Amino acid sequence: MTAPRTAPDGGRSATAPPGIAAPATPRTDAVLRIRDLHVEFDGPRGPAPAVRGVDLTLHRGEVLGLVGESGSGKSTVALAAIGLLPDTARVAGSITIAGTDVVGADDATLSGLRGRRVGMVFQDPLSALTPVHRVGDQIAEAIRTHHDVPRAHARRRAVELLDLVGIPDPATRAAAYPHEFSGGMRQRALIAMAIANEPDVLLADEPTTALDVTVQAQVLDVLRTAQRATGAALLLVSHDLGVIAGTADRVAVMYAGRVVESGPATALFAAPRMPYTMGLLGAVPRLDAPVDAAAAAPGAKEPAHGDTAPTSDRATAPGPRTPLIPIPGTPPEPHDLPTGCAFAPRCPLADDACRAAEPALLSVGTEEPGRHHAACRHADRIVERGLTATDVYPLPDPPASSAPAPDRDTLPPVLKVTGLTKTFPVRKGSVVKRRVGSVHAVNGVELDLGRGETLGLVGESGSGKSTTLMEILGLTAPEGGTVEVLGRDTRTLDRAARRQLRGTVQMVFQDPLSSLDPRLPVGEIITEPLRAQGVDRARAAARIPELLRLVGLSPDHADRYPHAFSGGQRQRIGIARALSVRPQLLVLDEPVSALDVSVQAGILNLLTALRAELGLSYLFVSHDLSVVRHIADRVSVMYLGRTVEHGPVAEVFGAPRHPYTRALLSAVPLPDPVRERGRERILLAGDPPSPTRPTTGCGFRGRCPRYAAMSPTHGADRRSRCERETPALTAPGPGRAAAACHFAGPP
Amino acid sequence: MNRVARRRFVRNPHAVLGASLLLLLFLLAFAGPFLTHWSHTDIDYTALRQPPSVEHWFGTNSIGQDLYAQVLRGLQKSLLIGLLVALFATVLASFAGACAGYFGGWADRLTTLLIDLLLVFPAFLIIAIVSPRLRSASWLVLVGLLAAFGWMLTARVVRSMTRSLKERDFVRAARLMGVHPLRIVVRHILPNVASFLIVDATIAVGGAVMSETGLSYFGFGVQPPDVSLGTLIADGTGAAVTYPWMFFFAAGLLVVFVLAVNFLGDGLRDALDPTSDRARGRRTKRAPGRRERAARRPSHPVEQGHPAPEGTAGA
Repeated sequence: MTAPRTAPDGGRSATAPPGIAAPATPRTDAVLRIRDLHVEFDGPRGPAPAVRGVDLTLHRGEVLGLVGESGSGKSTVALAAIGLLPDTARVAGSITIAGTDVVGADDATLSGLRGRRVGMVFQDPLSALTPVHRVGDQIAEAIRTHHDVPRAHARRRAVELLDLVGIPDPATRAAAYPHEFSGGMRQRALIAMAIANEPDVLLADEPTTALDVTVQAQVLDVLRTAQRATGAALLLVSHDLGVIAGTADRVAVMYAGRVVESGPATALFAAPRMPYTMGLLGAVPRLDAPVDAAAAAPGAKEPAHGDTAPTSDRATAPGPRTPLIPIPGTPPEPHDLPTGCAFAPRCPLADDACRAAEPALLSVGTEEPGRHHAACRHADRIVERGLTATDVYPLPDPPASSAPAPDRDTLPPVLKVTGLTKTFPVRKGSVVKRRVGSVHAVNGVELDLGRGETLGLVGESGSGKSTTLMEILGLTAPEGGTVEVLGRDTRTLDRAARRQLRGTVQMVFQDPLSSLDPRLPVGEIITEPLRAQGVDRARAAARIPELLRLVGLSPDHADRYPHAFSGGQRQRIGIARALSVRPQLLVLDEPVSALDVSVQAGILNLLTALRAELGLSYLFVSHDLSVVRHIADRVSVMYLGRTVEHGPVAEVFGAPRHPYTRALLSAVPLPDPVRERGRERILLAGDPPSPTRPTTGCGFRGRCPRYAAMSPTHGADRRSRCERETPALTAPGPGRAAAACHFAGPP
Repeated sequence: MNRVARRRFVRNPHAVLGASLLLLLFLLAFAGPFLTHWSHTDIDYTALRQPPSVEHWFGTNSIGQDLYAQVLRGLQKSLLIGLLVALFATVLASFAGACAGYFGGWADRLTTLLIDLLLVFPAFLIIAIVSPRLRSASWLVLVGLLAAFGWMLTARVVRSMTRSLKERDFVRAARLMGVHPLRIVVRHILPNVASFLIVDATIAVGGAVMSETGLSYFGFGVQPPDVSLGTLIADGTGAAVTYPWMFFFAAGLLVVFVLAVNFLGDGLRDALDPTSDRARGRRTKRAPGRRERAARRPSHPVEQGHPAPEGTAGA
């Protein structure tokens, strides 16, 4: 088992060249071997098994993606592999890293492994770096811990490593402190630290979850580069199927502490054999959905649907109204696992045999025997009949075709925002606060939403989405620009009118736990807007059962408190609260980003159904472009407080004209390994600039590939136009998408 | 307290024990004196320092006063003073703290200034100076004084908890719905600091009895011939070993009283906190293996809020 370890350089040269998939022959160079791993924690209601019999083997140079929802035990596996579980965990089974046993190893042995044989990249890069030491010193320390090299040598190596992970000007940056780095740069620094000692195994636990999508694309790219440069095996833990699809060679899907399906990424994503994996893939909204939807379901249940983009050239696919396939129910609690297959209670194929005993992880499929495994009694049947998610799961009813008005101009406007600006003062001084500057949080936002429409508001963190929402919902006169709600300018509202208008605009928050008062029973929570509108207690209470039924909850739940519900149910409560006053406009601030995909699909379907049923308009804020693609009719893209492109979804996503939109779209990982790897990616350099500095000209030019491509000599006039002139939103024609770029258009 | 909370409260054995003990104490303090013909001022010259007997149930003190009558009289005073002071101080603290934290700006600055001023005033000295002038006034003035100097630390904690609660989405949601600010404070803020307030109030009861004891000991609190548990304990301390009845009846009742209030407070807190799991197994712990979910969201709110009082004013 002890693989003779070659010298670092030898190890590197032995690595397979980038881009070549792992060979299918059985290999012996396993660097991480997990056998029958069991991890149990003590819960308040008895022992709670987090991992129940996991077998994984990771070969040199290979990327294994471990995917699953919250509570599936995927992070526990990663932590167990490096012996970082808390003392309260009981670990059984065997884990060997490069021949060394991890389970039951003493501290000295583990310290010898960590950082030397195993590099780790965690989710939160800020807490993983010591704030009081320079980044370069921390990397040098990682080297000196395991190698007896002079300090200067280690420093030089640290700079090399920072260069490798793409930190610009690494020699100066090595002397910076972690707080001077942006989130993406910190994560790069951590990757540099992880590969500092040429480890055999890299463990990455949700390495990009806390990052924006364009930064995520950069970091994943760096992670792949780092893995190839060192030839290490990478265990990539993520809940994001897209991230896994783009990076992993093999994938293992975990559910309730067990691997339920594993196999080569391409085979697994193309033809999942376990109903859970199918459901997971069916539940994700896809950025490439329109093409798929047209190919997979040619007009079966979707009669020619009125299109919102009249003249867009290539993205003429109908609006994305194929409902997602949610998996019913919620994952089991670890202390309360069902007997038999843990997925049986949610599985439409489950029969009595499934509920009686847990199925083993067995080889399925014929094309590559022994490579694709699934833990399902019905796997053979699924293979034989070629079942897909749509066959296995009951397809939700397509929403009543609300036939959007063919002409947008006739739609009564619900929300119209023009040139909205908002600045926050930056104050300094302890006793007397003086204003030393301004944060231009929002600086020129245009929104336009008609009745019955959904407008997606897209942008990375810091782009001013939340500020925009608060300005709209405040219903007060904005600092600059105008906000019109239901045709009424907020500058002209008096107290009574504002109060009355509040009843027509409601909000759904991102975090369903923190947006519900833990001290109030659900019935009181959902009637609060009604009571605020002056409806008396009895009449408000009479609406509770109706509201709960509307969002798919039982009316008996009105007496319970929020903590008794699961995440998805809590978000339903939040929606019921918003609906209680029969609003016309619903502002949804990242309503599904805190939820697991299988639950998220249910909420998105609910929102689609409610919109059709109640004639609502949605302002849907999200950083997740696939979700916006799925639910919105129109989309508005924000960058640095400014709307850079807006228009019909099909047009903006199909043929984006602003370089930022193009980059954003290309950064979204697709849950399809073949396409994901074949895509041409536009990687944006750097991070969004700070909004404290007022910018002249185009705010995006610092990261803009078009601007960068203009040569300083021949393109000098064009460059100076970007530098001096702030681009206005211009559309190529009436009803078309508008982009704020001097050189808008396809590349 | 709503129906659900009441049901939880009744199911909690500690809460019920605390409530019944407190009820018994009140019964003893106010109905007990009618069982004896001695009043707390009567002096029996024939029985000096007598141990408990049929005539004097708790014995007598060094000048022949009946200790049963005296202890019950003291219990009356201490019960009322302790509970009233805790009640007034907590109500004052919660409103001042919540309003300062919620409204911010000038309300906040004024309140914190007042809190800081009151904190640097030597409360004991002021009460000592003021109380002789109020000698003729009733003991209720003492309650007012003790409450007026006992709310500041609590208010500070409430203020900082409110400031963090204010950023929570459910408070923002209420604001965007157009709920009246005072209603938000009453309906959303205060219930969410209730666990802290209740625990703090139970401690305040003990504290109030102790302050009253201290003041009375130096002759500033309850004035003779009136007695309180404090004055009785002060008198009996020296004789605790030689004439134990002079000390232990009063001290014992004080312990039972504070204990009962604590039980009651624990029970109330659990009843009002919907996340506490019925009677046993309180505070459900997060299931393991959910690190990622915990990290993606702000974890459990106020319980871990910042209970530490803030350092400086206007921070």
